[in-house]
Amino acid sequence: MSSGATGVAEVAKTLDGIDCRNETGWTAAKVGMAAFLFSEAVFFTTLLIGYITFLGAEMSGPTPGQSLNLEIAIINSVFLIPSSFTMMLAVRAFGRGKLGGFTFWMFATIALGIGFLGGTAYEWRELIWVDGLTISRNVFGTTYFTLIGFHATHVTVGMLLMAMLVWRARRGQMSAKSEAPELLSWYWHLVDTVWLAIVLVVYVLGH
Amino acid sequence: MTSSDIPEGSQALDSHTVVGQTLASSAATRPPLVTQLHDWVTTVDHKRVGLLYLMMSLMFMVFGGIEALIIRVQLWTANNTLVEAETFNQLFTMHGTTMIFFVVMPMIAGFANFLVPLMIGARDVAFPRLNALGFWLSLMGGCTLYLSYFTGKGLLGGGSAPDVGWFAYAPLTSPAYSVGSSTDYWIVGTAISGIGTIAFAVNTIATIVTMRAPGMLISKVPLFVWMMLITSFMILLAFPPLTAAQVMLLMDRHMGAHFFDTQAGGSALLWQHLFWFFGHPEVYILALPAFGIISEIVPVFSRKVIFGYASVAMSSAAIGVIGSSVWAHHMFTVGMSDSLDAFFSATSFLIAVPTGIKVLNWTATLYGGQLRLRTPMLFALGFLGMFLMGGLTGIMLAAVPVDWQISDSYFLVGHFHYVLFGGSLFALMGGVYYWFPKATGRMLDDRLGKLNFWLQFIGFNLLFGPMHISGILGMPRRVYTYQPGQGWEIWNQISTVGGFIMGLAFLTLFWNLAKSLRSGKPAGDDPWDAWTLEWMTSSPPAAYNFEEIPTVRSRRPLWDLKHPEDPDWKHE
Repeated sequence: MSSGATGVAEVAKTLDGIDCRNETGWTAAKVGMAAFLFSEAVFFTTLLIGYITFLGAEMSGPTPGQSLNLEIAIINSVFLIPSSFTMMLAVRAFGRGKLGGFTFWMFATIALGIGFLGGTAYEWRELIWVDGLTISRNVFGTTYFTLIGFHATHVTVGMLLMAMLVWRARRGQMSAKSEAPELLSWYWHLVDTVWLAIVLVVYVLGH
Repeated sequence: MTSSDIPEGSQALDSHTVVGQTLASSAATRPPLVTQLHDWVTTVDHKRVGLLYLMMSLMFMVFGGIEALIIRVQLWTANNTLVEAETFNQLFTMHGTTMIFFVVMPMIAGFANFLVPLMIGARDVAFPRLNALGFWLSLMGGCTLYLSYFTGKGLLGGGSAPDVGWFAYAPLTSPAYSVGSSTDYWIVGTAISGIGTIAFAVNTIATIVTMRAPGMLISKVPLFVWMMLITSFMILLAFPPLTAAQVMLLMDRHMGAHFFDTQAGGSALLWQHLFWFFGHPEVYILALPAFGIISEIVPVFSRKVIFGYASVAMSSAAIGVIGSSVWAHHMFTVGMSDSLDAFFSATSFLIAVPTGIKVLNWTATLYGGQLRLRTPMLFALGFLGMFLMGGLTGIMLAAVPVDWQISDSYFLVGHFHYVLFGGSLFALMGGVYYWFPKATGRMLDDRLGKLNFWLQFIGFNLLFGPMHISGILGMPRRVYTYQPGQGWEIWNQISTVGGFIMGLAFLTLFWNLAKSLRSGKPAGDDPWDAWTLEWMTSSPPAAYNFEEIPTVRSRRPLWDLKHPEDPDWKHE
């Protein structure tokens, strides 16, 4: 500003010392990630609403009550819910500059994710070949496979991103101040939260 | 304040700087043509991405406009045989889809990209590469849609554009009723551009929240920036359900799913709910940025501060909230329950309140001002009148019994064109005339601009005004022809004449753009004596926008600079 009369210090004083550029105190990457995750949450909400809309609307079996297995959902949850904690530990290790701990907890998270996908694969195998439920069998199959399929895809993408971060960190391509691990953990927590919603809607209430 | 905080990567921007300055300097320094084109394709500079969006918008405006004119000629007289019914369905589908997704949306994204960083005193957006990705996705979406003209019937069958209407109701889109791939081109094209739009919204929010100049509290940003913030939130709420619905539709069409297949327990109504949960917020996504442009132009050309800054911002936030709960007023005629009808009717009436507040704000800003009736101001005044008309017919349609009578008639077509064309597009055209000098360093010709405005204003009202009458007389929308003797001919003929006058208006615009780009008057930094930060830097701005990041103390930082004896911050 060419007048030069208004320096930062003076402005800060007039505004009672608030850093007035950014009321949230978040970096751009964090705000951007939060905005993106909001759109993801809306996307899954839509799929969940689709599922709820068609509860009991199937014109032929199998119905959720005949085919869904709460035990598998519990086993899957035992894999996925702790993975949020291992993810948290990975982020903490990264923040403390402990590459070994970061790698260990990231791989632990990936391993839990693989366990979850294995459980889903087993469930789908049973549904498709034992119960004969496919995406085109009835509206339950349609909404179920779409919802679970999109969630499992998000789990897979998250694991690929974790592997990428570990690879980059071990090659020294990530700054110690990188926010990437924390942002990825946000994504992972959202995926986990969506799973809890799915358990509630699909396996408990809709069962 | 020093310029020590030049952003990282400024070396990479140097080549762009040279290009940006060629208008001001001699042509001798201009790099070879291929280099220039290459720079445009690979750019991540927010101003260039913004201009790319605007050029894309103008290109698709030609396509959508030609489709509209063919529709108008077909309806000139009863039993006309210019086009067949099938072609006519394709024309109105392509016209609507093009205008919403590939004309007005990219134009808004273009303005936001170009202006937001300049207005908040930033050197670029938060995620420049994501930003460029958003543009290319939008463009590819549009190209995908138009590819259907060549390949819509499959590899050997020749072309066939989508013919399911811009809201693509089930079961028209089911495999049984939509053979071939034209509907898939519609789904994929709009879905790709929708993902680009989400990227744009993420970027815009991060930019506005984190990159404002020192002193620019959120309560001091220009109103256009406020509108873009709210619009971006609405995009994040409205577009993912559309994407989800489109995914469901693709699954129905190609994997045997039954989402919208009523015969197998699915629900055609679900598509309508999901589409309009996107579709109605979309109307405000297209309107709020226009409100922002008006809130910039009206004060500058009235030489007054905007009347009620906070109420403009807050009433828009209210529109964002209420606007997300009115969607089923598009569905009164499908036979929902009375209580749902009553709810959505009530919210639709309610949204007239924050909208009316804003019309009051702009009118009060005009009141007692020293009006300068230059072209941008003419478009802003045109917007006020036309948008008010669209709002009033909107209130009529929000009444369920009235809607039952005239829904899906030409009355409705007239209504939403007054909102989206008379509202959004008039404001956006005003924005083109207002900021063209900043983007290019040259003024648009004011006489041609006024000709453009009057042709457009007269043509617009001749085109869409009579539709209210033909609609009340019973003419349904989307009919490819009609029987004589129902009294519809004269209104359709007035409409068609209006359509061609509008065609002339757009030719004037394109002529003005081409002429002024070559030989327009040099604009200087601040041709309108305006007050927001974009007018503080050079025209066109350098790649880094500001040599020195400005410090802001009020809503009109440039006024403070020009009037150190009576700065705004003493009064705010």
